Amino acid sequence: MKKINLMEVCGTHTMAIARSGLKKLLPKGVELISGPGCPVCVTPQEDIDRAVKIARREDVIMTTFGDMMRVPGASGSLEDAARDGADVRVVFSPMDSLETAEKHPGKKVVFMGVGFETTSPTVAATVIEARKRKLKNYFVIPGFKLLFPALELLAGSEKLKIDGFICPGHVSVITGSVPYREVADRYRVPCVITGFEDADILKGISRLLRQISAGKSEVEIEYRRAVTEKGNPRARRLLDEVFRPADSAWRGLGNIRSSGLRFRKEYSSFDAGKAFKVKVPRASLPKGCLCGDVLQGYRSPKDCKLFTKKCTPENPIGPCMVSSEGACAAVYKYG
Amino acid sequence: MCLAAPARVKSVDKDAAEVDFGGVSRKISLGILSGVKEGDHVLVHAGFAIGKVSRQEAEDTARALKELKDVFRS
Amino acid sequence: MDKITLAHGNGGKLMHELIERLRLKFSSRILDEMADAAELRVAKSRIAFSTDSYVVKPIFFPGGDIGKLAVCGTVNDVSMKGARPLFISLALVLEEGLEIGVLDRIADSVRKAARKAKVQVVTGDIKVVEKGAADGIFINTSGIGVIEGRASIGVRARPGDVILINGPVADHGMAVLNVRENLGFRSSIKSDCDNLNFQVERCLKASKNISVMRDPTRGGLATALNEIAASSNLGIEVNEKDIPVRRSVKHLCDILGFDPLYVANEGKFVCFVKAKDAPGVKKAMGPSARVIGEVTTGHKKEVRLRTSVGSSRILPTLLSTPLPRIC
Repeated sequence: MKKINLMEVCGTHTMAIARSGLKKLLPKGVELISGPGCPVCVTPQEDIDRAVKIARREDVIMTTFGDMMRVPGASGSLEDAARDGADVRVVFSPMDSLETAEKHPGKKVVFMGVGFETTSPTVAATVIEARKRKLKNYFVIPGFKLLFPALELLAGSEKLKIDGFICPGHVSVITGSVPYREVADRYRVPCVITGFEDADILKGISRLLRQISAGKSEVEIEYRRAVTEKGNPRARRLLDEVFRPADSAWRGLGNIRSSGLRFRKEYSSFDAGKAFKVKVPRASLPKGCLCGDVLQGYRSPKDCKLFTKKCTPENPIGPCMVSSEGACAAVYKYG
Repeated sequence: MCLAAPARVKSVDKDAAEVDFGGVSRKISLGILSGVKEGDHVLVHAGFAIGKVSRQEAEDTARALKELKDVFRS
Repeated sequence: MDKITLAHGNGGKLMHELIERLRLKFSSRILDEMADAAELRVAKSRIAFSTDSYVVKPIFFPGGDIGKLAVCGTVNDVSMKGARPLFISLALVLEEGLEIGVLDRIADSVRKAARKAKVQVVTGDIKVVEKGAADGIFINTSGIGVIEGRASIGVRARPGDVILINGPVADHGMAVLNVRENLGFRSSIKSDCDNLNFQVERCLKASKNISVMRDPTRGGLATALNEIAASSNLGIEVNEKDIPVRRSVKHLCDILGFDPLYVANEGKFVCFVKAKDAPGVKKAMGPSARVIGEVTTGHKKEVRLRTSVGSSRILPTLLSTPLPRIC
C-alpha cells in the first residue's frame, strides 16, 4: 500500500496527537509527520541570547510567556538569568507586561514576543495600548513568525512529499481559511484546518484521507466552531498597523523570506532591538543536532544520534527537545 | 501552535470583558475582536479574545467527541 | 551538572537522582526501602518515622497555609506506612522581618491541624536567619506513629492489584500557582490539604490485603505511580477517563497548558489492594474515591495510560516543573 505523509504543522497538534496515542489508531501506511509550527523550536538562538543579555541588565524587567523560560542560548536561558538575580517574570498575557510597565516607571519592561498569527496581533494591540497610555518604558522583542511562507517551503519541498496538511486551528481563527487556497492550488495538496480535541484531529485526518483518495486538493475547515473563511480582520488590521513582514531566520531551517515581523517606523520606539544595542554571537546548530531536518519532517527524532543519549528534556541540545511541544520532546515523553 | 480556551462572556466593559471558563474566571482584553457582547462564547489566547465560538458547532463537536469515546469504549 | 537547581526540588526525575545519590551515602536496610516513612523496631513496638520540610510559596493560599501543610504532610507520610500518627516535632526557620502576627496565624493553623489529626506537637525549635535567606518561614516537621497488629504497608505492589484514589487530583498545585504567579484567575479552586490518617485507618480495617499506599505530592499522580512501578518491578495501567479532576481545575490546566497528572496534591492518596477487597476499600475512602487502574506483569517498571480515545501511551515521571504556556 502506498505510504501517505500527513504533516501536522502546529506544535500543539504534535502534542495532542502524542498524548492521545492517536498514531496507533491510524490505518497502516498513514504517516504523521511533525512540522515546524512550534515558536519555541524555531526562535533563533540569537534572539534568546539577546533576550538573556537584556534581561541581565539592572534597569530591566524581562517579561515572557512560560514557553521561553528554559530555552537555552549561548549563555544560558532566561531561567538561568533569573537564578542569577535578573528580574524575569512569566506572564499569561502581554497585557500583564504592560501593567508591569505602568507599575514600574523607573524600570524598562521588555516583553519577549514569540508566536505565530494567533499571538502577534495580541502584542500589536498591547503596543497600541501602550502608545495610548503614553508609556515610554515598554519594549517588545519582535520574534514572531508567519505561517504561510513556511507552509509554502514545506509544500514545495523536493526532499519530502507531503500529501496533506493538518492546519493549525487557532492561527486560522485569525487568518481565516482563504490564505490556504494558494498553497493548496499551487502544490495540489489538501489542507484541513483542524481543532485540538481528539475528535477534531481524527476528523481532520479522515477528511484529508478522503480528499487524497478522491484526488482533491481543497481547503476544508474541520474546526467549524471557531474558524471561518474570513477569520478575524480586525486582528489582522492591528497587526498590520504595528508590524510589517520581514525576512526572518528560523532555528534549524535558516532564513525564510518575509516569514517574520518587524516594527513599522511609527512604532519603532517600542522595538527592544532599537532600544538595547546588544551584540550576540552567531549561532549554529550544535554538531550532530538533527533539528533542522526534524523540523521539516525529513528525519524523525529517533534518527538523531544525540536523541536520548546526549539530548534529553533536562539537558536539551536542540530546539526540538527544549520546547514542550517539540517533536523530539513528544517522542521522548510518549514514545 | 497555540493554546486557546473557550469561555463565556459574563460582562463587557469597553475593551475588556469578564469571562467564565467553567469554574474559572478572568478579565480579558477585547482589543482584537469586535462585536463581543454578554452571553457570547469566545476563544481566549494569551488573555485576549481571538474569535467567537459558534454554539451550534460546539455542540456538534461535543456530540462527536462523546460518540467517539463511546465507540472506542465498546 | 555540578550545582543544585530548582529542578532538583520539583519531585521529578532530577530530584529522584539526587535522592538516590544521597541514599547511597546512608544506605541501610531501613532507609533503602525508601517508603514515605521509615519502619523501625523499638523495644517491642513497630514505629513509623517520617520527616519533611515545607517551603511553599505563598505561605497563605486558598484552602490552607504552610502551617496546616506542615502537619498534614507529615501525618500523611506516617499514615502511608499503615501507622497511626501520634507525635510530631515542629522546627521553624524564620526570616528576619517576618511579622509576629503572621507567625501567630501559622502557629494557630498548626495547632488546629494537629488537633484535627489527633496528633501532638511535642518538641520544637526556632532559628532566625537574615533577610533573604528564607522565604518568610520554612518549617520542618518530623512525625512518629505506631504500626499496630497487621503487617505494615510496604513499597511493593502485587500483580493484579487494583489501584484506588480517594478523590480528584491537582487541586493543591493549581490553587497555589494561581496566587503565587499572579495569574489573575478567580475561581473556587482550593488546596485539598488535609490529614488522611482516619481515611487510611478505615481502609486498613476494610482490608488486610493492601500492599502499597502513597500520597502524590510534588510531581503529581504520574510520578507517584512511576515510583511504585519501579520499586515493585511491575507495570501499571491507568485509565485516563477514570482519573477524577474537578471541572474548574481541568479548565485552569487547559488554559495554562498544565497536565493535572503532574500537579501536586496534599490531601490525596492512592491505595493498591487485592481486587476482591477493592469495593470495600473504595467505600472506606469515601464518596469521591475511584478505581483508576491496575498492576500488571507486562511492561515492568513502566506506567501506561489508556487514553480517552482508546489508545495507550507511556505516562512518564515528571521531567521539568510545568510553566504557564501559550503553545
